[in-house]
Amino acid sequence: MTLTATPGQTVGPFFHYGLAYDGDCVLVPPGSPGSVLLRGQVLDGAGVAVRDALVEIWQTRPDGSVPRDVGSLRRDGWSFTGFGRACTGQDGRYVFSTLVPGAGKPGRPAFFAVTVFARGLSNRLFTRAYLPHDDAALAGDPLLSALPPRRRATLLASRDERGFVFDIHLQGANETVFLRYPGQ
Amino acid sequence: MFRRAPAGPTVRAMSSRARARELEPQSVISSEMAAIESDYRRAGVEETQPRLDYPPYRGSLLRHPTRDPCDVDPEAIERWAPCFGARDVDPLEADLTVGHAGEPVGERVVVTGRVVDGDGRPVRGQLVEIWQANAAGRYVHRRDQHPAPLDPHFTGAGRCLTDGDGWYRFQTIKPGPYPWRNHCNAWRPAHIHFSVFGAAFTQRLVTQMYFPGDPLFAFDPIYQSITDRRARDRLVATYDHGLTSHEWALGYRWDIVLTGGQPTYVEAGELV
Ligand SMILES: [Fe+2]
Repeated sequence: MTLTATPGQTVGPFFHYGLAYDGDCVLVPPGSPGSVLLRGQVLDGAGVAVRDALVEIWQTRPDGSVPRDVGSLRRDGWSFTGFGRACTGQDGRYVFSTLVPGAGKPGRPAFFAVTVFARGLSNRLFTRAYLPHDDAALAGDPLLSALPPRRRATLLASRDERGFVFDIHLQGANETVFLRYPGQ
Repeated sequence: MFRRAPAGPTVRAMSSRARARELEPQSVISSEMAAIESDYRRAGVEETQPRLDYPPYRGSLLRHPTRDPCDVDPEAIERWAPCFGARDVDPLEADLTVGHAGEPVGERVVVTGRVVDGDGRPVRGQLVEIWQANAAGRYVHRRDQHPAPLDPHFTGAGRCLTDGDGWYRFQTIKPGPYPWRNHCNAWRPAHIHFSVFGAAFTQRLVTQMYFPGDPLFAFDPIYQSITDRRARDRLVATYDHGLTSHEWALGYRWDIVLTGGQPTYVEAGELV
């Protein structure tokens, strides 16, 4: 490594017209075969909804492979690009219509890779929203198994009738576990 | 229906003075920033990114995590990045001065540079998005209440894909500084917001590019949330007379370095 990374800065309050686009949070049409919702709320340290946050997801296909299709910005209705972006609403909620990600490797748990941006947040945050159903795989995950139960719980999406729910706490007792990758 | 008399400049200035009384003065913010920077210098450990916990930026108080991030090795999905291609971006989106009925007001500029990884390798065919205020410091956003004019010929959002050597290039208007309510008389230095994808998910970056010599740098807690002066300087473009074109536009050069994770390289052409 010879060069130093460019510093991040907050996304600010006025990102919507720069970053939002038609179909940004619709990776697959709602109600199409295999579609689920991934949704949740972004909350600050006082438990107040963050209405000017941006959540991005990047995920495997249901078979665990990494999507290489272009077209996230102009969706064609059938390619699965694996990338989505959602602005939170007045209630701090975001929602994606997508497919269930598959495990990247057999026996490992599947997750959505998640990036969070917000006014007041000086740099992006990385996290993972793990699918809750595969206990054996979750138990064998190096990140999850190194965490105390309460911290671990912040990385597990919960299942509901329409898909998955994953709340993001920027601060506080239930603060989400955020990630740092090598070289950062 | 009542018809409200248009507020003249005096009335508007008075009401903004009334609002300002609720806000802390610049001197409070400035002394907090100075204290943090002198502590940073004394500690002698180099920081290259902004502090998430930076109280002078009041909007961050309840929005920064208080625990250290967990170190983790990227899984396969995180070693790759989303793919964007010609289908996603129209080349015209790199020119923010076109697409309206007339020419926008302000100083026409070209902003260009390379996106590279920590080893200097180009990030090819990747998406760069920008958004910014107009020349008067006003965003086309319903939450922007700054009483400066909107420009009917300027929206201020653009996109492009980096080329085979990692170059991006935008033509736009130099944005104006604008006020915000962090404290009394808070003004953001002129900046362009950048959103950049790397060769891996882990390299994702959203940041702001500034213009050289801005007198507002010293007063701005967002810029100063990067406590290291050399690191802050990395967000400032360089005026490049070689990029400036005759009777047309001023040229600025700004390179972007993305690190983190173990990027997976895709051959040039595979993305396009
Ligand atoms: Fe801004």
